Amino acid sequence: MIRAVMVMNTQGKPRLAKFYDSVPVDKQQELIRSVFGVLCSRAENVSNFVEADSIFGPDSRLVYKHYATLYFVLVFDSSENELAMLDLIQVLVETLDKCFKNVCELDLVFNYSKIHTILDEIFFGGQVLETSSTEVMKAVEEISKLESASNSINLVPKSVSGWRGR
Amino acid sequence: MEQLKTIGRELAMGSQGGFGQSKEFLDLVKSIGEARSKAEEDRIVLHEIETLKRRISEPDIPKRKMKEYIIRLVYIEMLGHDASFGYIHAVKMTHDDTLLLKRTGYLAVTLFLNDDHDLIILIVNTIQKDLRSDNYLVVCAALNAVCRLINEETIPAMLPQVVDLLAHSKEAVRKKAIMALHRFYQKSPSSVSHLVSNFRKRLCDNDPGVMGATLCPLFDLITIEVHSYKDLVVSFVSILKQVAERRLPKSYDYHQMPAPFIQIRLLKILALLGSGDKQASENMYTVVGDIFRKCDSSSNIGNAVLYECVCCVSSIYPNPKLLEAAADVISRFLKSDSHNLKYMGIDSLGRLIKMSPEIAEQHQLAVIDCLEDPDDTLKRKTFELLYKMTKSSNVEVIVDRMIDYMISINDNHYKTDIASRCVELAEQFAPSNHWFILTMNKVFEHAGDLVNVKVAHNLMRLIAEGFGEDDDAADSQLRSSAVESYLHIIGEPKLPSVFLQVICWVLGEYGTADGKYSASYITGKLCDVAEACSNDETVKAYAVTALMKIYAFEIAAGRKVDMLHECQSLVEELSASHSTDLQQRAYELQAVICLDAHAVENIIPSDASCEDVEIDKNLSFLNSYVQQSMENGAQPYIPETQRSGMLDTNFRSQDQPEASLHGLRFEAYELPKPPVPSRIHTASLEPSTELVPASEPAYPKDTHQVATVPSVSDAGSSELKLRLDGVQRKWGRPAYSSSAPSPSSSTSQNTVNGVTQIDAAGSVISKAHKTNDSRKPRVEISPEKQKLAASLFGGSSQTEKRSTSASHKVTKAVSHAAGKSQAPKSAVVSNQVTVEKTIHQPPPDLLDLGEPAVPSTTPSVDPFKQLEGLLDPTQVSSTANHGAVGAATESPDIIALYGKTPASGHSSSAAISLPTNGDGVNFTAGLLDATLSTAHAGTTLPTQSIKGLNAKDSLEKDALVRQMGVTPSSQNPNLFRDLLS
Repeated sequence: MIRAVMVMNTQGKPRLAKFYDSVPVDKQQELIRSVFGVLCSRAENVSNFVEADSIFGPDSRLVYKHYATLYFVLVFDSSENELAMLDLIQVLVETLDKCFKNVCELDLVFNYSKIHTILDEIFFGGQVLETSSTEVMKAVEEISKLESASNSINLVPKSVSGWRGR
Repeated sequence: MEQLKTIGRELAMGSQGGFGQSKEFLDLVKSIGEARSKAEEDRIVLHEIETLKRRISEPDIPKRKMKEYIIRLVYIEMLGHDASFGYIHAVKMTHDDTLLLKRTGYLAVTLFLNDDHDLIILIVNTIQKDLRSDNYLVVCAALNAVCRLINEETIPAMLPQVVDLLAHSKEAVRKKAIMALHRFYQKSPSSVSHLVSNFRKRLCDNDPGVMGATLCPLFDLITIEVHSYKDLVVSFVSILKQVAERRLPKSYDYHQMPAPFIQIRLLKILALLGSGDKQASENMYTVVGDIFRKCDSSSNIGNAVLYECVCCVSSIYPNPKLLEAAADVISRFLKSDSHNLKYMGIDSLGRLIKMSPEIAEQHQLAVIDCLEDPDDTLKRKTFELLYKMTKSSNVEVIVDRMIDYMISINDNHYKTDIASRCVELAEQFAPSNHWFILTMNKVFEHAGDLVNVKVAHNLMRLIAEGFGEDDDAADSQLRSSAVESYLHIIGEPKLPSVFLQVICWVLGEYGTADGKYSASYITGKLCDVAEACSNDETVKAYAVTALMKIYAFEIAAGRKVDMLHECQSLVEELSASHSTDLQQRAYELQAVICLDAHAVENIIPSDASCEDVEIDKNLSFLNSYVQQSMENGAQPYIPETQRSGMLDTNFRSQDQPEASLHGLRFEAYELPKPPVPSRIHTASLEPSTELVPASEPAYPKDTHQVATVPSVSDAGSSELKLRLDGVQRKWGRPAYSSSAPSPSSSTSQNTVNGVTQIDAAGSVISKAHKTNDSRKPRVEISPEKQKLAASLFGGSSQTEKRSTSASHKVTKAVSHAAGKSQAPKSAVVSNQVTVEKTIHQPPPDLLDLGEPAVPSTTPSVDPFKQLEGLLDPTQVSSTANHGAVGAATESPDIIALYGKTPASGHSSSAAISLPTNGDGVNFTAGLLDATLSTAHAGTTLPTQSIKGLNAKDSLEKDALVRQMGVTPSSQNPNLFRDLLS
């Protein structure tokens, strides 16, 4: 099971954090901090895996990937495969990239709810839901189409037509 | 520039629409991003919270505005601030009819609330309604919330709807419904136990995605209960076959691999199902073999599948072909430049090694590389592997490495871990008790506060009991070496408390036993310890009791006791201590030293800590005394069970035996305690803090049964003894018995191994003794890691052979030998080994340091023939060629180095002194002299000198690696190209 997805920048600021276990808010902050503490001390060109027992308790591993100013981190237990998790990060980043055209840190900051939508299409309750970025994109686009349709209800009432006649 | 980009991005955002936020929010994000300090950021956020608090409770906020506020709350909470004032608004938003707002509401509540939050009750109804919605996106959002927010109590309310959704027309909904059920199962297995069959049913879903989703819960179920799913083996195998044969739609491909995530899941399940089940495993062989062949090993995901195959192969009933394929994959992983693959390689090696131990052999160099890698993760994984492959032949090297690493890290969590592993390995495989003690010393010294206190007790018991064989000389030697090592260590600052306890106990028990150190010297040291640990009462207690024992032994031996001044003041100080335990010990000490020799000998017999004592539970020796008292009119003893009322509790209390006889009592009753006769009670309390025959000096004369007093306390200590039986059996002999010599093969065996083993094994002891390490002459053909490799892996395939290494106590002119080695492969080294064999063969326990030459394992190789070999360049080069394991590239170096031998200290001494000394023993002496006088004479740490010798090699290697370009190319070079900052 996947325990948490985190994105943080190289200064340790969280950009996205989702825990699939119940973790209180202050504990979440502490975990993010300690993960950052581990990551920032790791050299370039070392493996992307970290044993995270000391942070997340027994049987937990951590895979991270460093893209420019961001760390993408997945925390999971022994029922997952490290290399596959690494690819899952890749899926997430590819999807973000497709979604935002050359994604960057600011995209994550300014599109907070959209990122969560993407995340929810890839991970579901701690399991991997979808691993094809095309499929994820399809789902996300569908949602955003409907949402922007309903969004424009508030702005321009006349464009209601498209959406279930409400 | 940064500013410009930001603005550009904002503009772009505006044009994107849909997710655009207000200027305010953008400003907030920007100002937080530009905050120079945490304090500044906090100030901004607090201000934002104030604004939001005010705005959010205003009446009639437009919905779109509200949505933005909620998102801002989520953002603030992610930054670690409390946004709980807005939770209720998020909950309200889930009730909204608009999809966008509903989704935002669900997003916020899933991030804000845990499944035990009070507000959940307000959402349950909404979720129920939404699960029945026509719009599948609403259903999906609700399912998402279900996973996060529903707890054991609310599951029944959702269950019917979720089960209905398993038959939904949209596959995305079916998939999520499966996962939601899985989540329910994780939270409360009993609540969905009757629905488990649904997972099986959905395995046959038309949509591969839904099928893939069912694999997750099935995996969990199979992990718990394998047997009821054996019937699915065939289905899983056929699914896997179809997937591997690309029967799934193209959209399931990922990096040209057909549905790799499903393959991985399936392989994991097959590994569980096939474990220890030959019949089930046979079904899997073909498909796993196919995947091995088809997998694309150039992509990351391909390797992930391959790794999973290896895991599967090492878990199911073994099949030679598949094991071979797995070994191939592992060697590819290990040879890769990617640290990730190396990591996976080490991990899978650890799995496969259980099946076929011999495969470690071919990868020894790679493993050593990983061990020395700067990457901590890789290093730890490698230690894990070494831990798995430890046996008596390599335990010394491995534990030594582990301890070195343990010393170098600060992470207490891992330190504890590795320390306990060291202890475990040492207990299990220690070649000798002496080595065990030295290892323990190191572990205690560096991680003493982290290891279990039982380990300390084990150690004390080991020292007290010795081998468990009737070899008193060896036992006492063990003790004196322990005492010596402790006296050496004791001066160091900041030793852990547990370690000091051990030291005090051992010094008290055996400090003066061999007569090497005077009582005043030992007591002086003990007083120092007690003074240095003024805050640690346990250590003080150990120290005082140790003092008492030493004085008692002195008195018993008829010597006059002069208490040191500092000792006297210590005892006086302690007799006024706040701790009653310390007080009692101090008074006991004072009482004991006033007694005559005979009494003292009975109270504290020398070296009797592990003598078995029989306890006379009836205290029959008191019969006459009781009789006498009864005759004088004392009340008879009433067993506790027959007593009633207040008599119950007071009888036990020694201080107020009269109280029970009077009618009134004003104190509260004590809790009832098991009936313990008071004499035994006080006596057995003593050893609970210490395994020492502490006696009760106040009483011996009263009872006229002096001899029984120590026996009582001994009984206490024996009760507390740790069970070491299993451990004890593993020590010592077996390690040696496994190393039977095989003279016939010695000529054809491995040079490198020979050298290394000697070095490594010798180093343990010589280092521990802190003596001048006399390095043997060594032909520098083997890089450091090859040696290490040999000592780690050497024992695995070749017959071991004991040889000796010269490790020297120069001051005492005692040389002792230790270490095992392979019979050498090349003439060069077997020569050395042979020569060394003529030094001292260690007695099996490694303790009789002074005892010379017990002939054993004699080499069949003629030393002189070897000497000729050494000087014959052609032979050397040829041996180098077939001798160096996997180091074909090194052979030119070897020859070159050989040519330069006169220049290098060690080798030259060998080369020169070998031919001149005909006699083996004389030769050794010369050899050692030469070594001592040459280059590395001053170096006491062998590892350092090894490093030094091969610095050039390692530099070259490093350069090579750089040239080969380890820098992994980014898989997505375009990503983040326009990144700011």
